[in-house]
Amino acid sequence: MQAVADNLFRALADPTRRAIFEHLSRDGEQTVHALTDRAGVSQPAVSKHLGVLKHAKLVRDRRAGRETHYRAEPQALAPLVDWMSVYGAFWRERFDHLESLLKRMDQ
Amino acid sequence: MINPDSTVSLVIEREMPHPPEKIWRALTQGALIEEWLMKNDFQPVVGNAFHFRSTPVPNWDGVIDCEVLVVEPNSRLSYSWGTMGMKSVVAWTLTPTEAGTHVRMEHSGFRSEQDASYRGASYGWQKFIGNLERVVGGLD
Repeated sequence: MQAVADNLFRALADPTRRAIFEHLSRDGEQTVHALTDRAGVSQPAVSKHLGVLKHAKLVRDRRAGRETHYRAEPQALAPLVDWMSVYGAFWRERFDHLESLLKRMDQ
Repeated sequence: MINPDSTVSLVIEREMPHPPEKIWRALTQGALIEEWLMKNDFQPVVGNAFHFRSTPVPNWDGVIDCEVLVVEPNSRLSYSWGTMGMKSVVAWTLTPTEAGTHVRMEHSGFRSEQDASYRGASYGWQKFIGNLERVVGGLD
């Protein structure tokens, strides 16, 4: 679980990868060539980014002839929801502790 | 919450019937911080590195690497929050009210220098995160 979340955070920490993931989320399946045309970086760089996204299960690939097609797998973002909910519970509990401490403190 | 500097953030706000000066002490004095948050070696000096230490659990040593980013006494406090390979930022804002203090805590994830170059082309992503936030909002 933690390793999955780590991969996800690392994958999304890079703006070029986020842009690629965003394009795929918005526009559906695309070839590496089409992604390269829009990404503003070289095809090997795009392929490397796609590899990281794939490792984080954020994209899935499909070979068709000489082209590889990629599509977004938005459900892979679930650990991010978990991160938000874990920290949400964490901080709410800490706020409760803070308020109880404030009651005990002198002015 | 979406803002231009970060992709996702968690915001908690509460009214507390105490003056800002008192809450500031609880947020910035090491022994008091330990009582409600975690063991720490915090000093309210911008640029100071410090750690929060929690009980280690499997796959986590319990250490959070931090650096003080903002210290405006009785008003604003911010520090970076690095753990498990992810860097985030915690920012506190205290606003005096008639009954005490409005306390706002924002914990922002994915904050990085690269984000500045990303601002122009983030509509779809923001929409996506907006949807995600509605999901998160429904988890309470």
